[in-house]
Order: sequence, then C-alpha cells, then structure tokens
Amino acid sequence: MEFLSGLVSTLFLGLAYGAVLYVISVGLSVTMGLMGFVNLAHGVFAMAGGYLVITGMQKLGLPWLAALLLSCAAVALASMLLERLLYSRLYGAGELEQVLFTIGLIFVAVAVARLAYGTNPVFIKPPEFLEGQTRLFGRSFPSYRLAVIVFSAVLIAALWIGLERTRWGAMVRAAVDNRAMAQSIGIDTGRLFTLTFALGSGLAALGGALGADLIAMTPTYPFEQLVYFLIVVSIGGLGTLRGPFIGALLIGIGDTACKYWVPQFGAFFVYAATMALLLWRPQGLLGRAH
Amino acid sequence: MDFARHLGAAEVGYGGSARLRPLEFLPWILALAVYFLAPSYLALGSYVLIMILFALSLDLVLGYGGIVTLGHAAYFGFGAYAAGVFATNATGDPLPGLVVAGVAAGLLGLATGAVILRTHGLALLMLTLAITSIVFEVASQWSSVTGGSDGMHSVPITPVLGLFKFDLFGKTAYLYCLAVLLAGWWLVRSVVHSPFGMALSGTRENDARMHAIGAPVYQRRLIAYTLSAALAGVAGALLTHTTQFVGLSVLTFELSGEIVVMLVLGGIRRIYGAFVGPIVFLVARDYLAKQSPEYWTLGVGLLLVIIVMFARGGILGLVDALVGRAAGRKD
Repeated sequence: MEFLSGLVSTLFLGLAYGAVLYVISVGLSVTMGLMGFVNLAHGVFAMAGGYLVITGMQKLGLPWLAALLLSCAAVALASMLLERLLYSRLYGAGELEQVLFTIGLIFVAVAVARLAYGTNPVFIKPPEFLEGQTRLFGRSFPSYRLAVIVFSAVLIAALWIGLERTRWGAMVRAAVDNRAMAQSIGIDTGRLFTLTFALGSGLAALGGALGADLIAMTPTYPFEQLVYFLIVVSIGGLGTLRGPFIGALLIGIGDTACKYWVPQFGAFFVYAATMALLLWRPQGLLGRAH
Repeated sequence: MDFARHLGAAEVGYGGSARLRPLEFLPWILALAVYFLAPSYLALGSYVLIMILFALSLDLVLGYGGIVTLGHAAYFGFGAYAAGVFATNATGDPLPGLVVAGVAAGLLGLATGAVILRTHGLALLMLTLAITSIVFEVASQWSSVTGGSDGMHSVPITPVLGLFKFDLFGKTAYLYCLAVLLAGWWLVRSVVHSPFGMALSGTRENDARMHAIGAPVYQRRLIAYTLSAALAGVAGALLTHTTQFVGLSVLTFELSGEIVVMLVLGGIRRIYGAFVGPIVFLVARDYLAKQSPEYWTLGVGLLLVIIVMFARGGILGLVDALVGRAAGRKD
C-alpha cells in the first residue's frame, strides 16, 4: 500500500514537473529546429517569467492570472527586441559563436537577477483559491500543482491546434522542413523567426512562472536548469512539438522517481539514460536524421 | 612588421614553421620575472599557470579540432580527484601523481570521446554536459573515497623529486607549475605543428573533404580528444598538488564555461591565446570580483557578447589587426 501511495505521488509530481519542463522547453525545440540556433540562454526567459510574476503579485498586488499573463507578454516583447538586435546577426555564424553569445547572455541575466533579487531562492506563493489540497479519486493532491497540470494541458492543446490548423503553423512547419524552399515560395522567414522566437520565450516565461513552486527561482536558474531543458529537447528531437513532450514526461517522471526511490544516486540515472538514448538515436526520439 | 610576422606565426593554421621565434620566449621570461619581483602573488600566479595549461588542452579540441564542448571540467576534475585519491592511498610523491592523473583523465577522455565524437551539434554539446554531470554526481555521492561535498582536505603531498618541499609562500608550487606548463606547452606546440595537427585542422575546416581524401577523421579527432583530456587531467592534478585540496568546484559547469571564456578572450586557435586569456581574466577577477561579484559577472557576460559581435579573434586577434594596420600604413 505504501508502495502504491509512493507511486501515485511520484507520478503526480512527475507529471506536474514534466508539464512545466515541456512548456518551458517547447519553444527552444521549435526555434532550434527553425533557425538551427543553439540558444543556451532559453532558461533566462523562464527565470524572467518567474521573477516577474513574483514581483507582480508581491509588490504590485496583482492577481495571479494577471501577473502571469503580463509577465509572459513582457518577456515575449523583450525577447523580440533581443532577437532583432542580437540573435539575428548570428544566424549564419558557427556553433561556437552562438554558444558563446548565449552563455554571455546568461551571465548578464544572472548578474541582473542577483542585483535585483539577491542570492536567496524565492518561491511563489500560490493564490488563495489554489492553496491547500483537492480531493480526487479518494486521495488529496496539492491544488496549485493540479492547476499547473491543467493549465499546461490547455496551453499544450492550444499550441498543437495552432501549429496544425493555422496559417502561421503551416508556415512554421514549412520552414522547419525546408527553409530555402519556404523562402522561395514567399514566406517571410525573418518575420516568422521573430514571431516564433517571441512565442517560445513567452511560453518559457509562463513555464518558469508556473513552475516557480517546483523549481525555486535563484539567480543561477538559467545555468542550473539548462541541462534539463537541453535534455528534453535533444532526446525529443529538434523542431517537433511531440518529441519534447515525450522527453519532458520521461525526464519529469524519471527524475522525480529517482529522487524518491534512490536519492543517494542523485540525478545519475537521468544523465546515464540520456546518454544511452542519444547514442541509440543521436537525432532524438522523433527527430529526423540530417 | 617583424613583430606582426612573429605574432602571426603563433596562430598556426597549417604548415606554419615550427621553429621557435624570439617572441615565444617572452611568456617564460615574464613568468620568471613574476617569481622574483612579485613574491606575494605566487599563489594567484600558480593558479594562472594551471589555467593556462587547462586552456591549452581545451584549445586543442575546441580551437584546432572544432569540437564545441562545454564539459572539459570533467577531465580537469577527474585528474584533480585522481591525484588526490592517489596521494592519499598510494604515495604523496607528486610526479607519479601527475602521471596517474594524466593517464586516468586520458582514459576517461578515450572512453567518453569514443562515444560523443560519433555525434555532432546539439547532441554532442548535450553529451559533454551530461558526462560532466555524471562525474560530478559520482564525486559528490561516493564520499568514502572523494569526501563528498566536503572534498579532500590536507592531501598529503611529499616534496617534488624528494628535494623541493611545497613551502608556505608558494615558491615551489609556482616553479613546479611553470615546469609542467613548459612541458605541456611544448607538447601542444609540437602536436599543432605536426602533420597530425594539420589533419586535425582539416577535420574542423572541411569534414567532408577530409573524408574524401581518405583521412581517418574520427580517429584523428579521438586522438586529439584523448590527448587533450590527459593534459586537462594533469592541470587538475597540479591544482591538487599545489593546494593540497580537491573540492566539487573542479567538476562544475561554471568551470567548463569559464575556461572557454578565458580561451576565447585570449584568442582561440592560437597557442598564445591560451596564455593571454587566463592571465587577463584571472588578474581582473582577482581585483574586481572581490569588490562586486555581481558587476564582475555582468562584465564577463557583456564581454562575451562583445567578443562574439566584434572581436572573434580575442585580444591577440585585436593586437594582430592593430599591428597589421600599423605595418600596412608604414609600407
């Protein structure tokens, strides 16, 4: 019985964690697939989202949802500027330049976060109506995490429908498949990149803010979580929506299970499994070999 | 003009002459000058020398081999821990310790390189990160051997060659690091100038063409990776020997990132970039980071962005451009 209870809470927590990981990482997968740009600074947008929501709720007294949407919009806008001013200059550059540039951005973000919020971890205080527990199937679950799962599910559904059904989605899929061809039939890929980048960053901000209760906000967040975002994207496959979804669920549940049952090994198994998987399929589970 | 040619020769692409140039004695003269003129800076000096050796090893894979890695601290840290464990359990004699650490890190480099060099791009980057994280986890959890998060304190190190005891002022430590760096520099310099070094540059510049002329690309890169890992391990062992301490910080992503920053700051793909970068970076950090760590981090970040946008050759690249322009005007 105790085993079963452990299993249920592991699955629940892993699901919440996986959902957050997915919302943060999906933008990274799409932008990397679109532009072939190695953006290690993606976690910066997630951190910005988390900190902004906490500020909005505690300093400005905004309600949770309003703070969430505002910070998402702010981060999306800021990332659009960054993309136009800096990222776009490096699309043709080598991998090393992109890696160095984005690490530089992380350093800057870490410094700014430390100046603004100090070095101690900051957690989000859930809104009142999401405090406490909700009873479901005869068991009780933390309401806030339940809300995180539901909210993420809605986002994911909206995103998938958007990419499958809208004109923008068709253009993105075309550009991922064959950028030169997409350009030659008149798709403005530059604008497409900017919009997609902003959307991905906005989603990362939402994910960071939603997950601020699972992953504490610290100034070194973009460095510490980077490996997880990259694992999700690389085992899922670049440029896909479903790949990182599977990756995020695997990592979310796997990592939670390892920490619950074999805490003495830390994150060892997650890394080992990632290595094994990448050796078997270097392009990721759903990625296509180039 | 003469100066430009000397400096230019330091950035060996392929076929550069292997003959020593007068300017190449400068770093060693400077290093000795520091020993005699600035005895209170020897601890920092030893650390700079160690990082130069580490940066040299990285230049071999990142600069010449074009293998973008963010996990070179794995080999540095592995060497540091190997030296610590060896000194604690076998003998505190530093020279066998160096050999053991170099071989251990080299073997790890061979085993992991054989795996990661089969991939490229994001998967490769990801694997280098994952390997560092795995080594870190092992070092942090296997506390009976590694001391866990406390690290290994007061590692017993006996005098070098049984003659030179490590003193409180760091004099022996400094000269010991300098001697090992000299050997490491000579090795890297010879490798870069050798036909093997040219083949390695070839795999970076045009992988497909190297395959087409029948060059064993994978094997060349694996040898370079193993050699580089061994050198990084030796650098790590130097840190253990001179500080008599190993901690988890030698295995962090921060260190992997910092060493890349140092190399790029000095100038990648040139041997003396690995000298200039760590000196400038670490001396600046010694002054600035104590006063305001936040602004130091901010500065490093901005510096990286600026280097990528405007000065891809690093400091030596800028010097080259300036000297070249001055020489051009004279002609």
